[in-house]
Amino acid sequence: MRDLFLAVLQRDLRLAARRRVEALLPLVFFMVAISLFPLGVGPEMQTLRQIAPGVVWVCALLATMLSVNQLYAADFADGSLEQLLLAPQPAVVVALAKSVAHWLVNGGPLIVAAPLVGLLFDLSVPALGSLVITLALGTPVLSLLGGLGAALTLGLRSGGMLLFLIVLPLAVPVLIFGAGAVAVVEAGQSPTGHYSLLGALLIATALGAPLATAAALRISTE
Amino acid sequence: MAQPPAAAPDMLLPSSRPAIVAPTLGAVDLGGQRGERSLFRRLALSLRSGQVTWLRGRNGRGKTSLLRLLAGLSTPAHGDVLIDGRPLRKLPVEWRSKLLYIAHANALKDDLSVAESLRFLSQLRGAPAADEAITGALARLGMAGMRKAPVRTLSQGQRRRVALARLALPDPAAIWLLDEPFDALDVDGVQVLNDLLSEQARRGGSVLLTSHQALSLADPLPSTLDLDEYAVAR
Repeated sequence: MRDLFLAVLQRDLRLAARRRVEALLPLVFFMVAISLFPLGVGPEMQTLRQIAPGVVWVCALLATMLSVNQLYAADFADGSLEQLLLAPQPAVVVALAKSVAHWLVNGGPLIVAAPLVGLLFDLSVPALGSLVITLALGTPVLSLLGGLGAALTLGLRSGGMLLFLIVLPLAVPVLIFGAGAVAVVEAGQSPTGHYSLLGALLIATALGAPLATAAALRISTE
Repeated sequence: MAQPPAAAPDMLLPSSRPAIVAPTLGAVDLGGQRGERSLFRRLALSLRSGQVTWLRGRNGRGKTSLLRLLAGLSTPAHGDVLIDGRPLRKLPVEWRSKLLYIAHANALKDDLSVAESLRFLSQLRGAPAADEAITGALARLGMAGMRKAPVRTLSQGQRRRVALARLALPDPAAIWLLDEPFDALDVDGVQVLNDLLSEQARRGGSVLLTSHQALSLADPLPSTLDLDEYAVAR
C-alpha cells in the first residue's frame, strides 16, 4: 500500500518538475490576484489590514481550484487512470497520493508566498505567523476537496465550472476559520479555537474525501 | 493452486520466467451495455491456463467493453465475471495482481522517459522491475536504445511497443487482457508479440485479445470467441 502511494506521489512530483512553468501558474495567479486588491481598494492602511486575511484566503482558494481541475483529466485521457484503478490495492491509496502531490506542488508554494503578500497589506508579524499556520492547515483540505470535485466532474464537458460549484460551498468553513484566525490575532486575541477547528476539518476531510474520491473515480471510468 | 517457484534475480529472459497456473477467468450468462444500449447477452466464456483466445466481433459489438468488464473496471448489466468460479466483485482487490490489462490507450506519460513509464507501470502492478529487467524487456521489443527518450518523441508504433514491453517483464501476470495489441505494430513487432503470447501460453498463463486482423499465431492455435453470436437483436 505504501509502495503504491509512494510510486504515484513520486510520478506526479516528477511530472510537475518536468512542467515547471505549468506548475508555477497557480502561484503566479495567487500573487497577481492579491496584488490587485491594494490597487483596487486604495492604499488606506487600515482598510487593507482589515481585508487582508479574507483576500489571501479567497485567492488561495481560487488558485487551488484552478489547478485541481487537471488532477485526473490527463490520466483519464491517456489511459493511466484505468491502470491506476487496476492496481492490486484500493483506489483510495491513489486518490490520497494524487491529493498529497497536488498539495505539495500547489499548496506548499502558496504557504511560502503568503508572508510576502501579507507585507503588501501591512500585516503585523503575529498575524503573518497565524496566516501561515492557517494556510498550512487549510490548503490540504482544499487539495483533498478539489480531488473529490475533479473525480466527480471527470469527463464532463463543462467540468471546470461544475468543479467550482461543487467544491466552493464545501470549502466555506475553511475560508471562515482560516481568515477568522488571522483577524482574531490582529484584534489581539487567541486563535487557538480557530486552529483546532481547522485541524478538525483537516482530519475529517483526510478521512472522508479520499474514500469519496475513489468511489467517484470508479463511477467516472465505468 | 501451485505456487510459482521464486525467480532468481538474474533470471531476466522471459523464457526462464516461472511456470504458473492461471486462474480460470470465466462468465456465464454475461450481459454488457454501454450507456443505455445493450451490447451482448448470454455470453459464456472460460479462459483456461495455457489458452490464447481471439475475441472477434464487428466494430461497436462491445469488444473493449467486454475486456473492461472482465478486468473489473465496469459492472456487467447481467451475470457475473468469475475467477475460478468465484464472482469477481466478491474477491479482495489483491486478485488484480494476477491480471494485466493493456487497453487501446497506452497509459504512457508524454513527459516521462520510456524507462520511467515502464517502471511506474510495473510498480502499479505491485511487481516493481529492476533497471536491468526494464532494459531487457525494452530490448525484447526493440526499444532499448530509446529507453531514456521522453515518450513525447515516440511514434505511435513505438509507443505501442513500450506498452507491450510490460508483457516481457519478469513476473508477468497470469491473465492477459489485450485490446488490439497488434495495432500500429510492424511485421517485426507482430513476430515479437506472437513469441510473447506463445511463451505466456507455455508458462501456463492465459490470454484474451482482440484484433481486426486474423491472428498469425501458430503455437498455441488461438481459440475464437465471436461476439457477433451474442449480439442483441435490434
